[in-house]
Amino acid sequence: MLEIVRTVPIEYYLLYSSILFCIGVFGVLTRRNAIIVLMCIELMLNAVNLLLAAFSTYMGDAQGQIMVFFIMVVAAAEAAVGLGILVMIYRNTKSTDISFLDKLRN
Amino acid sequence: MTLAIFITLAVLSVITALLVVLSKNPVHSVLYLIVTFFIIAAQYIMLNAQFLAVVHLIVYAGAIMVLFLFVLMLLNLNEDTEPQKSSAWKISAAITSGMLFLTLIGALKGSTIALLGAPNPQVGLVRNLGAVLFKDFVVPFEIAGILFLAAMVGAVMVGKRDLAM
Repeated sequence: MLEIVRTVPIEYYLLYSSILFCIGVFGVLTRRNAIIVLMCIELMLNAVNLLLAAFSTYMGDAQGQIMVFFIMVVAAAEAAVGLGILVMIYRNTKSTDISFLDKLRN
Repeated sequence: MTLAIFITLAVLSVITALLVVLSKNPVHSVLYLIVTFFIIAAQYIMLNAQFLAVVHLIVYAGAIMVLFLFVLMLLNLNEDTEPQKSSAWKISAAITSGMLFLTLIGALKGSTIALLGAPNPQVGLVRNLGAVLFKDFVVPFEIAGILFLAAMVGAVMVGKRDLAM
């Protein structure tokens, strides 16, 4: 029996991941620099990852941790493509401000 | 003791995550996010998900955050060029995320969690994870490889200066 399973209830992990996720949402809503917005998305993904790993250990099921690997794969691909697009945007507009990019709205 | 370590790490990571969002300088944000990722890796070790902790460190702290820091320094962004949203927008963002948090807590408070399996400390070790990954998840694994290839080609094509034919 793992020490942490006995002493830390799973509800604490739920609370902790919810706090991290909401900080990520706050960052996405409040920042205008597109790089910081991408970083906050990474933070949200990490909150979910942590909860998946916690449930996986508490249930003794490895599938949760496999799911974390796939989330990491998607996060890495997203970061690479997102930053590539961002560098391209910066080259054309000399800015990483996301509110500059509402030209498609009209 | 374990509970104390857990709570210390949790509080530290929440503080650094808040600093990521609140610090004016984007370079500081990236550095705080790296600290947050290290603390989350420590949480994985506490959960005995050792392989996951190592992969997390290599992929996030080693690759993704270096990429972020590199792009940030390539574009030469600092505190002076950082665009700011109005304080009304910030307050409404705080209210929105706070309400999301309250909703999540409210939904979790009334629910009971029934864990279907018994805790198993061996579950996060490489032998066990490898067996599951290459028996039950072979097809998603291969698709993830194709996704990586597509992302790599896409990033190179997007990042090229001009597509001279």
